This record gives sequence, structure tokens and C-alpha cells, in this order.
Amino acid sequence: MSDNDAPLIRVSNAWKSYDGGRVPVLRGVSLQVRAGETVALWGSSGSGKSTLLHLLGGLDLPDQGQVSVCGMDPGGDRARLELRRRHLGFVFQLHNLIADLNVEENVRIPALAVNRPRDETDRRVAALLGDLGLAHRRRHRVQDLSGGERQRAAICRALCNAPRVLLADEPTGSLDEETAATVFALLQGLARREGIALVIATHERRFAEACDRMLGLRHGVLHDD
Amino acid sequence: MRFLSLAPTNLRRHKLRSSIGAAGIAFGVAAMLSILSLVNGAIGMFERILSTDSHYLVFERNVSDLFFSSVPDSAAAQIRAMPNVASASRLLFGVVSSPGFPVITCFGIDNDDPRLAKARWIEGDRTAFGQHAGEVYLGSRAASFLKAHLGSEVPIGARRFRVAGVFKTANGFEDGGVFMPIEEARRFFHREGVSSLIAIKLRDPSKGDAFKQTVLRRFPTLSALENREFNSTYNSFRILRTTAWAVGACAFILGGLGVANTMLLSVFSRIREIAVLRVCGLSRAQIAAMILAEALAVAAVGLCGGLALGALALAILPRIPEFQGYLQAQAGFGVLGGICATALVTAVAGALYPAWFATRIQPAEALRYE
Repeated sequence: MSDNDAPLIRVSNAWKSYDGGRVPVLRGVSLQVRAGETVALWGSSGSGKSTLLHLLGGLDLPDQGQVSVCGMDPGGDRARLELRRRHLGFVFQLHNLIADLNVEENVRIPALAVNRPRDETDRRVAALLGDLGLAHRRRHRVQDLSGGERQRAAICRALCNAPRVLLADEPTGSLDEETAATVFALLQGLARREGIALVIATHERRFAEACDRMLGLRHGVLHDD
Repeated sequence: MRFLSLAPTNLRRHKLRSSIGAAGIAFGVAAMLSILSLVNGAIGMFERILSTDSHYLVFERNVSDLFFSSVPDSAAAQIRAMPNVASASRLLFGVVSSPGFPVITCFGIDNDDPRLAKARWIEGDRTAFGQHAGEVYLGSRAASFLKAHLGSEVPIGARRFRVAGVFKTANGFEDGGVFMPIEEARRFFHREGVSSLIAIKLRDPSKGDAFKQTVLRRFPTLSALENREFNSTYNSFRILRTTAWAVGACAFILGGLGVANTMLLSVFSRIREIAVLRVCGLSRAQIAAMILAEALAVAAVGLCGGLALGALALAILPRIPEFQGYLQAQAGFGVLGGICATALVTAVAGALYPAWFATRIQPAEALRYE
């Protein structure tokens, strides 16, 4: 297996529970995702999809088991921070854009975190906004955008630092059917074109089925559906 | 440091809240500037009264205040006779009252006191000073609020005095004060034979130490201090300065609590947003720096507003007739620097807990409930 084929995400026998172990969420989950691959985590609300994404993104730690993303173990604070800065992008169900910033300012936040040179950031942000059809909205405030535009702006923000892994938690959950399909197609197309490993948590079967792999999460256990 | 560009945005979105925080600092700055400037002004005026054309002050040792100091005439005469002494001016302090004006500073001085020559005489003649009993001389502001002029009679204490002259001086205490020949003042205050202090002018100031040692040796009940030394050690000045800083600091503590409140509210209302910033790659240190930068921005705005407000107060207060001209502001770079430093330190101190709280926000926890 060449380095290019090596999984960007490796999860091995991960366990996670809340409330001092009284609420088990993940029970021995194992998973591998390669560059350019789109993987759907499919399951009902409360099945543990978000928790698994949080473990992958270093927002939370497993009680047991191993998680490795882009060859880094997100066990320590510093490693988690570097992962989020350099290798990971997040898209949430709600766009989570900052209301008082315009679209462009929101998109450049990840670049601010790493003090990337302004001209380089300008080029990257302009390209992303152009690709996702938001160039004409770049100076607009979040509240002036439609739901689909907000989610596209959030995707631009997630891609600002050119991550190798994109984690999307119900990214179409708050959109109407047509807009949801557009946003999903956009995410899938970006992942394939830029070789990004995309893990998307969704409870919509049609989107899950459109991914390269569809993994069902039931009672904390991952099933290859 | 480019992430700090987020700080002004956060302040702009809650203008009222940010303004209240800045107002807290502004009032603290204005209060401190006013209090310190007026206290320094008062001390400065008093210093200038004492140090008019003199190098050393001789007064009673271990008195809490110069108003209670008694230097006998016998000592004054012996000091005046010392070879290095060019002049020794006796000065007796007192406070008198007139109907409607309970506190007027009164100076008992010799005919040859240098301040008589330095003053700009508006009415009367300085050469007539002390020639007749029952006469007083008024600073121009005192003449104004007592509605007195040359030849009129003013009620002071239980007696009435004829106004024999009116003069203008730059010193607020003197300009709002009553001057009497020292013998008249002694009778009025029942302090015959003594002065509050003697202001000494030396022929050769470089031999001041020798003069001081001689006075201390020959007059064990007296103390001799160079003017600068007196200003820095005089108890009343020290108490005034300390009180002014303490009162100003209290105003700042209130301002700091205002900043803390503003920043805490700001952080509490942005928990989710801070979580998103962490997800986007901002470190805990960057989050803390952003909160502190917001607090510093609030403090900077408050500082500018407070300095303007304080300057306005200092321009208005001395013009209020009820203060009888006793208010005179004096703010040096030390005071301004101290106020700026205190404002910034207060803001940072007020933002420490909110910043710490912001760094403890767990993104997963904050984002779990969408």
C-alpha cells in the first residue's frame, strides 16, 4: 500500500460513554477512511454519530481505543490543536457562522488562527467563494443569506486551510430538500476533486447511499450497511 | 496576531454593553484625574505659599499640622541673626470665617514679606501694610466673594475690619485669603509671640546643611527642612496624596467590576461562538488574548472618555463661586501616566476571569446541543 492509499482516519475499538459510564454511546467502534473517500455515518438521532465525529475531530477523547487522524494521535492538547488547524475542517448542522461578520470574514477565521499571510488567504478565500457560488455575496452579512448560502459559506470556512479531512455533522439537516441535495452534491464533489476524506453524519438515507461507503451506527456499534 | 482583529467586531455587536463597560472606566479615570489634580493643585498652592522667596522652612518639631506649629519670636530673632541668613519671614496661619463663608484662609505676615511685593495691587498701597490697627488686606477673589473693596468693612469672626488693600496673586489660597499684619493676626488667634513657621532665605544656599544642623542643635523643639524635603515629608501632604490615590483606586475598582461584568456577559453570550472558534483552530491562548484585547479596547475608549470628562470637570469646578478660588488643578505626567496604567491594569484584571472562563469552554460540550 502506497502512502497515498494509507488511511487518513484510523479508529480502532473506540469506546465512549457519558455520565460516568451510565450512558454508553460508542461500543468498540473501528473505522478507516482514505483520502478522497466519502463515508456516511448513518443512524437515528442519538445513535452516536456526532460523538464519533467529535472523537475524529479531537473535540473529545475516547474512554478506550485508538484514534489517529492524518497520522496524528489527537490525545494531547497540542496535537488536537494542530489537527484542527492544519488537517481538519468541520461543517455543522447549523452553519455556526458569526452573525456580525460578513461572509468573507467568516471564511477567513481558520486562516487567522494560523496567522497565514493575508495575500495568500485572500486568494484562497476568493477561490473558495467563487467555487461555491458565493463570490457575489462575500461582503454580505450572515443574516442576509439564505439557508443554503449560509451552509455553503460554512463549507468554505471549513476548507479555508485546505484540510485533508472534512467532518460534516448533519450538514443538510436544517435545509429544504432541494437545497440539501445541492449542498450534499457540493460536499461530495469537493471531496472527490480535492482528495479530501469526507465523513458525513446523516440520518437521510438517500445521502448516505450516495457516499462511497455507508456505515450504520446502531446502539453504539458500527455496521457496514 | 491577526486573530485579534476579531476583538473590535465583538465589541461593536453589543454597543450598549461595551459602552457601559467603557463608561465605568471613564468615570473612574475622570474621578481619579479630578481628585488627584485638585489635591496636587492644593498641595502645590500650599507649597508655593510656604516657599515664596525662601530656601528653608523652620517650624515646631513633631506637630501634626503647621496650623498647630508655634515658633517663638526669640528663636526667629536668633535665626535671623545667623550670618548665612539673608531673610527670615514669619508666617502665622489661621482660618477665619465671615457670614456665608465659614472657611477663609488667613495669613499673618510681616510688612516686608516678599509676597506683598510680588502681588499685583488692585486697590490700596503695600507700603501702608501694617501701619494701622484693625485693617486687613484681601486677595482679589476674597474681595469678590466678600463683596468688599478699599475702605469697606468686612465682618471676620466677631470683629469688623477695614479693608486697606486688595491684590491679585496667582496662588488660589492667597487670592482667596485674608492677610493681616502678623501682630494683628496673633491678637485675633490668641497666639501672641509665636509664628506658625519661619521661611528662611539663605545668602549661600549651598551651605544649607550647615544651617539646618545649627538650627537643630540650638533649638531642639524646632525642625528645619529644605522646601523640597518639606514637601515630600509633610504629613498632611502625604495623607492628602494617599487619600486621593485611595479614593481614585476605589473609583477604579468599581470601573474594573464594570469591565468584568461586561466581559463576563460577553463571554456567556458567546459560548457557542467561542466553541466554533476553537474548532476553527484558535488556541486557548488566542481565545484569552482576544478577550483581554476586548477589555483593553474597552479600557482605551473609557480612558479617552474619562480624560476628556475629567478635563471638563477640572475646567468647570474652579469656576464655581462656592469654592472661593481654592481649587486649582495640577496634573503632571506622573499623574496621567499613573491613571493610564491603572486603567489598563484594571481592565486586564477585570477580564482575567472571563478570559479564563472562555478558555475552559469545551467545544464538544458547547456544540453537542444544536
